[in-house]
Parts: sequence; structure tokens; C-alpha cells
Amino acid sequence: MEQILIEGLTKTFRSGWPGRPPVTVLDGLSLSVRKGEIYGFLGPNGSGKTTTLKILMGLMRATGGRAEVLGKPAGTVEVRRRIGFLPEGPYFYDYLTAEEFLFFYGHLAGLAHVELGQRVVHLLDLVGLTHARDRQLRKFSKGMLQRIGLAQAIIHDPGLVILDEPMSGLDPIGRKQIRDLILSLRDQGKTVFFSTHIIPDVEMICDRVGIIVKGRLLESGRVEELVGQAHSVEVICDGVKADQLSLFASASTRMVQQGGRCLIMLPGPERLEEVLAAIRAQGGRLVSVTPQKRSLEELFVQKSGGQA
Amino acid sequence: MSRLLVIGLNTFRENLRDKILYNLLVFAVLLIGVSILLADLSIMEHQKIVTDMGLASINLVGVIIAIFVGIGLVSKEIERRTVYTIMARPISRTQFLLGKYLGLVLTLFVNVVVMVAVFLLTLQVYHAPVHGALFQAIQLMFIEMLLVTALALFFSTFSSSTLSAILALGLYVVGHLTADLQGLAESSRSDMLKGVMTSLYYLCPNLELLNIKGQAAMGQVVPLSYQALASAYGLLYTALVLTGACLVFQRRDF
Repeated sequence: MEQILIEGLTKTFRSGWPGRPPVTVLDGLSLSVRKGEIYGFLGPNGSGKTTTLKILMGLMRATGGRAEVLGKPAGTVEVRRRIGFLPEGPYFYDYLTAEEFLFFYGHLAGLAHVELGQRVVHLLDLVGLTHARDRQLRKFSKGMLQRIGLAQAIIHDPGLVILDEPMSGLDPIGRKQIRDLILSLRDQGKTVFFSTHIIPDVEMICDRVGIIVKGRLLESGRVEELVGQAHSVEVICDGVKADQLSLFASASTRMVQQGGRCLIMLPGPERLEEVLAAIRAQGGRLVSVTPQKRSLEELFVQKSGGQA
Repeated sequence: MSRLLVIGLNTFRENLRDKILYNLLVFAVLLIGVSILLADLSIMEHQKIVTDMGLASINLVGVIIAIFVGIGLVSKEIERRTVYTIMARPISRTQFLLGKYLGLVLTLFVNVVVMVAVFLLTLQVYHAPVHGALFQAIQLMFIEMLLVTALALFFSTFSSSTLSAILALGLYVVGHLTADLQGLAESSRSDMLKGVMTSLYYLCPNLELLNIKGQAAMGQVVPLSYQALASAYGLLYTALVLTGACLVFQRRDF
């Protein structure tokens, strides 16, 4: 069963002033998230990521289309019982201590007090905040807030966790901590759906990725599939003068000569053998041949038309 | 524990940790202190002045808390986006809204109890009589606070904090002037004005029904049937306003 199924989802905001046209944020968005995977929902700012997540959580109503979570219409109380959510920000009651905070969300999730006590101790340990259990959240750093936020999202041990920009605004250490926590959730068999505009995070931990631009899903698939086959080849050799090789000029897209070393960038592998033979014929020494893959960043920038 | 109660108790905790409430308590104590000062200055009826000022202070502080904390109950949650993680839990919007209301009612109750205790102590100091009429007045004042809190909550489900404050305060003032609305309607020659004033008279809560401070200060006990009827009116109006608030909140996008 698909954990999340979105088909033709639209969301239009009416303008508060008469005469102004409505704003379409989601424009027929379709995607699906499978059990046990980490799905990265990638898009530039304002592309509709948070709106999609809000509709999934029942914080907002869709104008059209279908959104199902765990096989049921998104946003119902029954569905919310079985999922965890960390919004962007995030914003919490900052007058609560870390422990009070987790007890509050545990009680809201319907957990019994005794069971919750053990769970809170475990989660504080998991997110590395046992030392701050009695500290009010207003004294927490941004990274600590994200970690305690993640702890509240999984307090009731949900099978599906939805996170909105969980790594945004964190330093490299904070990002790594959140990445490790997300990976540990997958190891426990949970499904994680998270939105982000930070590409390295997606490349590192996601099983599948969807790219949303202007409210539409432009690409979806495994990272390797999306970045595709090698589309150019870099050849480096020594002892060959580029100007001696007219062949290289016609075969390559770029040639750089630095001292005795020559870098030749071929647009594809088709003429590689021919170029290698020419290097040998000139008495040159081959240093390396590296297929160049398109990075997810290139794909993202291309798909978003430079908005990222 | 019921989710409504979890929200209610947390709202109560938030109010307790909010310094504004402590300031208001100090304010009430100060007002009662002023009444003591006035009583010292006046030779005649100083006991009545202490009673009058005490009841008026409790009423004023209660209504200020009801309006200014009430308008933030929901709008603050939305502005600060804390509502996102709450509504992501298996809790209905009605439970959330009523829980917030319950939390403030609990805060008001504790505040009123503290203020009444200080008030009774002041009366003791001045050997002023403590009679049932005072408790009747305080009970109806509390019903008024319940109603005003519901109004503030209702407005905050669809408007900003500032607008909610203006609307709630406006309705509170009009609520004490409904008799004048009726008088205006009767004396008006314009049919339209008559219609508008009569509609307003029936639509706005008649808060004067819940105001028996004058009689209480003079030790006049009102009939129990009046007290019961006025309470029922206030509670019914509160229930209607809360139902309206739930209906509006149900349709909101966050």
C-alpha cells in the first residue's frame, strides 16, 4: 500500500481584494510514497512544498484533487493518530521544559502516563537532550529545537513521519544529527517524507526524490535514475600538446592545457576510443578517464528554471 | 487523559507562566488598596465604598483578563504557528478550541478566588458586613466573564488580535447599554433606525442582567429565581457563541 498518494492536487488562494486574481500554489500535483522509504520532496522556495504538507496534515483544505495517507483521506483524526509531523520552523510552547513538552505531546497522542514516562526518557536519549530535560525550550538552540521537535513527531512511534524542511537553518553538525536520526527511522522500518531545498541532504539519504516547481511535480524517481547515465567524459593525459591534436579540437567540448598536462572534456563516450588511440599515437601517457554524471543540483536548477 | 483537558491544563499553565496575569493580580490588590484609602478619606459610608470598589475591581480585572487573554487564545497559536504541531495530533478542532477556552476559564476562576479572598479580608479589616448578596454578585460577574471570554475567543477565530480586542470591548460596552438601545428604538421616528436598534437589542448580550453590584453593595439579596434565570441566560449565550466559534474555526486554513 502507498503510504502517501497524491493525485491531481490543486490549491488556489483567493485574493483578499476584489478584482485581484486568485493565486494557484498547487497545480495538479501527483506523487506517491512507498512503505519504508525516505522520500525527498525537493523544490525552490514558494514552489508549494509546505502547502502540500499542510494539506496532508489537514491544516489546509485542497481546492481539488485527491490526497490519501495510509489509504485514508488525508487530515482526518484517524490518520493523524498514525503519523508524526515536524513543521518548518518549528514553533513550540517555549515556556515548557523539554520533558514537559514531550509529556504534553504524548498525552495529546493518547499515550498513558506510565508508558509515556519510559518513552520520554528513551527519546531524550535518542536525540541527545537528556542533559537539557529540565531546561525551558526558550533557552534551546535552533539545532536542539529541531531535535526535540523530531522527538515529539515520533513520540507515539508512528509508521509514517512527515518533516517540513528539517535541516533548514542548521549548521553542518546539526544537519548531520538530523540526517542520522532520519536514517535511524528508516532502519526501524518507518517511512519518511520530507521537504527540503538543500540538495546534498537529499542526495545523501533519500531513496527517492520528487522535484516540485510552481506546484507541479516535474521529476520523480531514484536519485541515480534522475541524474542518469554519464553524459560527458573527462580525459586527462600527460606529454601531449593540445595544439598537435586537431582531432581533440573537433571531438571535445573543452580543452585545457596546464604545463605538460592536458584536460579534454568529451560530450559523450562515442569518440573516446578514437581520442585514446590518438593520445597513444602521439606518445602521450593517459592519466585518467572519468565519466561525468549530471548532479542533482544541475537537474534541480534546470527544472526550476534557475529559481533555486 | 482527555485531549480537551490536556489542552485546557496546558493553557492554564501557560497563563500561570505569563507575567501579565501576575501583574493583573497586583493591579487588583492595588485597586482594593485604593478603596481602603478612599474609605479613610470618607467619613460616611466607608464600608459601602470598600464594598463597591472591591466588587468593581474584581469585575474590571476579570473582564480585562477575559478580553485580552481571550483574544490571544487562538490567534496567538496561529501567529506563532504552534497550532501546526497541535493539530497534527489526533485532536479535533472543536476539542482544541474548547480546551483553550477551558484553560482560560480555569485561570479566571483561580484569579477570581484570589481576588475574592483579598476582598473579604479587606471587608474584615473594615468590619464591613459580609452577606449573601456579595456572593450572588460575584457569581453573576463570573458568568459575565465566561460570556466575554467566549466572545473574545469567537472574534479571534477569524480576525487579528487587535480587531478582536476592539470588537470584544465594543460588544462588552454595548452589552451594558442594551437598555439604551431599546430606548432609542422606541423614541426613533425612522423605521430603519428603529429596526436596526431593535435588532441590536436582541442580538447583543444584555450584560446588565448579570450586573447586580449596586444592590449587593447595599446588601440587597436578589431572588434566587432571578439569579438562576440570569445565569441560564448568560450560559446559553456563551454556549451559542462557542458553537459559532467552533463552526468558524472548523473551516479555517492554517
